[in-house]
Amino acid sequence: MTHTVLVTGVSRHIGARLASVLAADPEIGRVIGVDTVPPPSLTRDGGIPLGRTEFVRVDLRSPDIAQVIAAADIDTVVHMSLVSAPSRSTGRAAMKEHNVIGTMQLLGACQRSATVRRVVVRSTTAVYGSSPYDPAVFTEDLEPHHSPDHGYAKDAVEVEGYVRGFARRRPDVCVSLLRFANFMGPGVDSPLTRYFTQPLLPTVLGFDPRLQFVHEDDAVEVLSRMATEDHPGTFNVAGAGVLLLSQCVRRAGRPALPLPSPAFRLLGNAVRGAGLVEYSPEQLRLMSHGRTVDTSALERELGRRPKFTTAAAFDDFLRSRGLYALGGARR
Amino acid sequence: MSVPRDDGQAPVVPISAAPSYSADGGGDAPDPVAELLAFLRRRVTGDYEVDEFGYDAELTDKVLLELLRPLYHHWFRVEALELKNVPEEGGALVVANHAGTLPVDALMMQVALHDEAGRALRLLGADLVYRLPLLSHLSRKTGHTLACREDADRLLRRGELVGVFPEGFKGVGKPFSERYKLQRFGRGGFVASAIRAGVPIVPTAIVGSEEIYPKIGEVPFVARLLGLPYVPITPFFPLLGPLGLVPLPSKWLIEFGEPIRTDEYDPGAADDPMLVFNLTDRVREVIQQMLDQLRLRRGHAFPPFL
Repeated sequence: MTHTVLVTGVSRHIGARLASVLAADPEIGRVIGVDTVPPPSLTRDGGIPLGRTEFVRVDLRSPDIAQVIAAADIDTVVHMSLVSAPSRSTGRAAMKEHNVIGTMQLLGACQRSATVRRVVVRSTTAVYGSSPYDPAVFTEDLEPHHSPDHGYAKDAVEVEGYVRGFARRRPDVCVSLLRFANFMGPGVDSPLTRYFTQPLLPTVLGFDPRLQFVHEDDAVEVLSRMATEDHPGTFNVAGAGVLLLSQCVRRAGRPALPLPSPAFRLLGNAVRGAGLVEYSPEQLRLMSHGRTVDTSALERELGRRPKFTTAAAFDDFLRSRGLYALGGARR
Repeated sequence: MSVPRDDGQAPVVPISAAPSYSADGGGDAPDPVAELLAFLRRRVTGDYEVDEFGYDAELTDKVLLELLRPLYHHWFRVEALELKNVPEEGGALVVANHAGTLPVDALMMQVALHDEAGRALRLLGADLVYRLPLLSHLSRKTGHTLACREDADRLLRRGELVGVFPEGFKGVGKPFSERYKLQRFGRGGFVASAIRAGVPIVPTAIVGSEEIYPKIGEVPFVARLLGLPYVPITPFFPLLGPLGLVPLPSKWLIEFGEPIRTDEYDPGAADDPMLVFNLTDRVREVIQQMLDQLRLRRGHAFPPFL
């Protein structure tokens, strides 16, 4: 049986890499990539060769996506199009609309479709929040003490709610919900990777959070397996082990600037205006209390662990940016 | 379970083995200077491991416990008794009395178990600890975590030695007049966790902690202002200012009692409140008896004077 796979968010790094892997798979008949902006050009902006992926420019917030799904007999939908930080030009409102309304439109179209058999949705471990009241390690079934009430994490919580609703209404469709830890790797560009490439790393005085990363290669691998096999359920995806922020800072060989949390928040508001790095209240909580998830469910389901541990993923990222710990290059 | 390393250089040491980093290499004595340099290099380059709870075994052994050891040996002259009752490996739950206004007893028990029983103690602490700057990450780095069912179960499943003070703030903050009287034992969640994991409960009595900061009063409005459970008044604090924070040099004894087995219960028994309450009471009575006997055995709190 040949598959037709729809990938949303194909103009961004992980989405593009996933599309190119799927396009190289002979089992898959067609790969259709959609996004609100065209993919970056190969030569200039470090784009990824998308192979035979067919690109359709669709604004997820409009009902156009339903026509794409209906017209192409799509049987697998991989929803990657969650925006994690507001863009400088359009701001938070557009981001929320894109994330939440976009997901609603997409799932609405899937619910109508007679051909869709499998839906894979990218979510984030940020849905667990970060607080001193929660267990040290989150499993998929844990309800956080404080549900995130801001930004990206709140969007993701809402998106997950719609995904669960969809799974209830269409029990015949295999729904996989993947909660990714922060992506890390040579091609990743996120608020966190931008944070670590600053010349001076502000930290919250008196706190040293545990962080977890997932390498982009592992993320693509997990997504492509989810897109080609049935693995219903919710899964945390993260590299094994944790790194403390202080360890990350030392590995990056950059000086840390510990600030009391009110000062960190003020600085956050100041630089957010400049649009360089995001220091949202959510980021402040992550930088204070950290977050670790349990990935044993995914390991059982897929029968393998991510290739990169959290530390290996971070080191790979540092190497690609030419950052080294004090005292020269790491092996 | 410790974090696997990508470069496969140093062997992965199980954290529950409480490694002593000084004792490596077969016969030849390791060069202390080279060792210190290697330690510093690892710290500066971030090339060390912490477990998923944030426990940094090397930092704990080499730095944090090192700071506590003089206090343990010379100030409080702690004697750890009946260490044979602490399982050498595998999960177990150490349940102890809590006293002394500041939780110094937790630190001394950790030194005792780390140095004399070779076990890393993973304490379950109040959420207040994790809200406060400095304390929150020091607590995680020394192996402790939030007192909640998920973390307790997870640590016991991994075969760690978990410690709890079921009296909580009621115990540590009780007035000096109530010394060595066990307070109520929470909701018995620790017993349920032990039953679920089928691990033994080690009742533990700590004598000496009650006298370090004799609490004779408190300042409730300052406590409310600071969001703390209490702000104590002792004979020397706040009278002598920071000097009043020096703990009195009482003589300490820590006795580990005979383990109470829980593996004969079905794990489902953890959901039987009557059984959990009964077992909680039993543990409490055992600790109270041990406390009374140990206190007689110690005699004066500040030998040889009074």
